[in-house]
Amino acid sequence: MDEMANREKKTLWENLLSIDRRIIFIFIALAIALPLFFKTSLKMPVSPVVQEVYNAIESLPAGSKVLISFDFDPGSMPELQPMAESFFRHCFRKNLKVIIMGLWPQGPIQANIALDKIFRELKEEEKAVKVPRYGIDYVNLGFTAGNEVVIDRMGHDFQESYPADAKGTPLSKIPLMQGVKNYDNIDLILNLSAGYPGTQEWVQYGVDVFHVKLAAGNTAVQAPSMYPYVQTGQLTGVLGGMKGGAEYELALKRPAKAVSYMFSQAIAHVVICLFIIIGNIAFFTLRKKKTLKLEK
Amino acid sequence: MSGDIIGIWIGAILTLGIFSFLYKDNPFYKFSEALFVGISAGYWFVVTFWQYFVPKFWDNLSLSFHELVANGRIDYHWIYLVGGFFGVLMLLRLVPKIGWLSRWSLAFIVGTTAGLQFTRYLESNGIRQVVGTIKPLVVGGNLGTSIGNIIIVVGTFTGLIYFFFSKEHKGAFGGAARVGVWFLMINFGAMFGYTVMSRMSLLIGRMDYLFSDWLKLIK
Repeated sequence: MDEMANREKKTLWENLLSIDRRIIFIFIALAIALPLFFKTSLKMPVSPVVQEVYNAIESLPAGSKVLISFDFDPGSMPELQPMAESFFRHCFRKNLKVIIMGLWPQGPIQANIALDKIFRELKEEEKAVKVPRYGIDYVNLGFTAGNEVVIDRMGHDFQESYPADAKGTPLSKIPLMQGVKNYDNIDLILNLSAGYPGTQEWVQYGVDVFHVKLAAGNTAVQAPSMYPYVQTGQLTGVLGGMKGGAEYELALKRPAKAVSYMFSQAIAHVVICLFIIIGNIAFFTLRKKKTLKLEK
Repeated sequence: MSGDIIGIWIGAILTLGIFSFLYKDNPFYKFSEALFVGISAGYWFVVTFWQYFVPKFWDNLSLSFHELVANGRIDYHWIYLVGGFFGVLMLLRLVPKIGWLSRWSLAFIVGTTAGLQFTRYLESNGIRQVVGTIKPLVVGGNLGTSIGNIIIVVGTFTGLIYFFFSKEHKGAFGGAARVGVWFLMINFGAMFGYTVMSRMSLLIGRMDYLFSDWLKLIK
């Protein structure tokens, strides 16, 4: 009976402070799920660090060679896969030659998933753009073990790390790889990274040893650690998390997954902020009441 | 039912299994978790064998052996035997009496990594960052850059002062340290915000999978 009486005495603020965490989970789930059903594109400015990545690709003449290193796995797909698709869209639109590799075993597989999607799009939507041909317009070198040592060895000779592509064809027999010995023959390197080895290793071994031009797309967790590299000029630009990916899609004038996801992201952040504000108001209100009671 | 559809259904059911932990611990969650751990272990064993052991060790030594038998020449690929030797030493941890031999392999790994990383870290994350903070405080005709440079210089300087514990944080020194704490807190806040965004992104990815790929409610 006493317990029941105590429960009745609880104020609104006390109830809010002892709210079941599962109710918060439901709010977050709804905040994430419901916006997915609305095809709403948030307007957002393209930040300078993202614009720099866009400009780096845009400024390349047709036929330039771009190396894209896929250093992530399916665990980071929601953040990095939209970036990968945008990079491919941009490169193929500009008729650039794309060389794919991976320092993570699943990386080149992620590249193939993105390529399949892009080729479907090209066939369905942009009929004027020819579908890139393997070995001529793009090549997938696959994964090779060795982490940062791979980056270092490729600086001397690609064949030291990749004697053949992912299908086992020797590099010497691939038209796109003719004349490609090391980074001197690459115009731009793009890195999609979710951890180690990733952008930091590319900066340490690729940029600071071989002076390659590097731009990166990172998970949001990594992004704050990468911005100092942009400020020092070691990185040309960074796409930070889903927002970076969305901004890149807008810069490309081709809104896709990342832009559509950002509506959910924004609503979820608003809900989290509201809970933080309500929790703080409840906490300070109750503390004030307790102080007043003690004074009386 | 095609393989893709079966795969999507299995993925969706296991996703719901993992999500069910948010309500409370239950056998469905435990099954999904155990399956994930088991499949991950198996997957990584296969990846390690086929992507590391076979191409780096087995294939290279096969070439050397072939070269020796066919031409009687000893080529440089035999160097991979050194790596193989250290690899075997690592496995000796399974034999308690001679398990200490695995320390040789560990010492080799630690020593190589330290040597390799020392100069790279020093240049990329040390010297280049120090150089990046040496900036003019006033840039003529560009107020934004001037403010940015001042923030970088003040933030770096006061942040370093905070970590200087040989002098008591009092007076002007203490004031600078407090400013440093503010910069650190703003940095931590930004990092935490980015982490929240990252985690929300993963949840969005899973929700999209459930509603788009599985239930086909979103086109």
